[in-house]
Amino acid sequence: MSQPTAAMPTNATPLLALDHVSRDFGGLRAVSDVTLSVTAGEVIGLIGPNGAGKTTLVNVMTGVHPATQGTIHFAGEDITRIAPWQAARRGIARTFQIVQPFPEMRVLENVAAAAMFAGGLAHGSEANDFAMEQLRFVGLGEMALQPAATLTLAMRKRLEFAKGLAMRPRLLLLDEVNAGLNSTEVDAALDLIRAIAARGVTILIIEHLMKVVLNVCSRIVVLHHGELIAAGPQQEVIRNPRVIQAYLGRRYATDPSAQVGDRS
Amino acid sequence: MKRALLIGVLLSGVLALVPLTNDAYWLRLGTTMLMYGVLALSWNFIGGMAGYPSFAVAAFLGLGAYTGAVAQKFGLPMGWAWVAAGLSALLFATLLGAALLRLRGHYFAIASLVVAEVLRELVNSATELTGGGMGLNLPVPSMISVQAQASFFFYAMLALVLLTFVATVITTHSRLGFGLRCIQQNEAAADMLGVNTTAFKIAAFALSGVFVGIAGAIYASWVHYIEPPDVFDVLYSVKAIVMVLLGGAGSVFGPLLGAAAFLTLEELVWRKFLEVHTGVLGLLIVLLVMFLPRGVLSITQLWKRPKDHRA
Repeated sequence: MSQPTAAMPTNATPLLALDHVSRDFGGLRAVSDVTLSVTAGEVIGLIGPNGAGKTTLVNVMTGVHPATQGTIHFAGEDITRIAPWQAARRGIARTFQIVQPFPEMRVLENVAAAAMFAGGLAHGSEANDFAMEQLRFVGLGEMALQPAATLTLAMRKRLEFAKGLAMRPRLLLLDEVNAGLNSTEVDAALDLIRAIAARGVTILIIEHLMKVVLNVCSRIVVLHHGELIAAGPQQEVIRNPRVIQAYLGRRYATDPSAQVGDRS
Repeated sequence: MKRALLIGVLLSGVLALVPLTNDAYWLRLGTTMLMYGVLALSWNFIGGMAGYPSFAVAAFLGLGAYTGAVAQKFGLPMGWAWVAAGLSALLFATLLGAALLRLRGHYFAIASLVVAEVLRELVNSATELTGGGMGLNLPVPSMISVQAQASFFFYAMLALVLLTFVATVITTHSRLGFGLRCIQQNEAAADMLGVNTTAFKIAAFALSGVFVGIAGAIYASWVHYIEPPDVFDVLYSVKAIVMVLLGGAGSVFGPLLGAAAFLTLEELVWRKFLEVHTGVLGLLIVLLVMFLPRGVLSITQLWKRPKDHRA
């Protein structure tokens, strides 16, 4: 099998382009020679077993752990070496697998911070009004004046969405936003992701729930041991024997409603 | 914001009446309290707002004292010597911050603690310039009475504490203060949200240095004589921290309240327990911080909505 690449057959510059990107931690290669591009406006899924390097890849894209090799371009600019706050200001927003609110600040202040520092809005009512809009959009309007620490897990995940949106991103990286949610909450989150995509935001979703991936992602890329083992339209990827072997499990191939990792 | 500024100005107005008592004891105590207020408010920028436990107050105080003294030795008028002291502390804090603020938590605390010791050794060995261990005498201001001098330094400290307070209020309500609160709550998340954490922390550290530097120079002029162990005393760093913790970290009035509370305790305990006063004072502080971890100011908030601690 030839080396898969995720390049779309398009002549427009991709919004995000990773070119032979690797990231080492000491002797460990967490991300290995990944070449990948994301086109503006698409919703792309990043899947793979635990420890495959998915979160590391997001950290590489956002400057938390800069690439040891390779280059990353965002909207045509080289962003391989930028700091996280610079990535945020250029329009790359991310949510965290483990939610990261400012616990003692109000929910509104959490979102206003994103609107101010990354979204470039003025301190005060401009940032606050925009933050309030995002909170209403994700359904947290009622909670705006509460300290973030009082929110339930499902609400904190929504807060992450609101913060991400308040950053006025061009690219939104969603790192397991559905982990720990029940099925009703996942359905609500799915609606939210669709609504965000409808606003024209490009989205990259890291997700274990295939239901989410199959519902919203037109394209899927698969990471395994830090390497990209498949990339392409969702139906093609989920039938790829390597993907089935490495991640989805045999039973999944015949019954897509089965849980991922169920290899009986 | 306007309310806080108004209260600050009114408070200064009341304090400005103290010299009218013409009582040397109260003037000395008042000037010390105002200086403590400057130290506490200054530490609050880096320690309270940004959550970085700095022990650099003594370094800034000593640097300011010596800059002011040496500048006057070379003939600079007293007022300009104070300005020079502020500028040198500002510059020093900015450079030091760029180097030290990459460290977090205990590492930053230890590194900032050592700075005063290093400066003290440098001043000790630069005998030509600073008089070394012999100390340095400052010109006595050309004012007629001792009383007038005491009042003058009281007013100088009062003006400085008001300036520091105004800077605190403005910072708290600005983009900088907001970013510092984000850093204090979760620095990694702040970084991800676009806060230039390094620049913000350096700004907070610079603010925590500049007013202390001026206070050091005023102190030097006030006492006419400085020596390294006096102005580079690490106790100044410790006191600033204790005062802010006593009053309420991160708030606008907390550090001032803490400074007043601390000095009152220090003075009362010193009078009642002359032999063991440091021990008793330490014990009192431990008890207060244990039972009022958010400071004396938090008492007022027990009746308000919980978790609502905007100044």
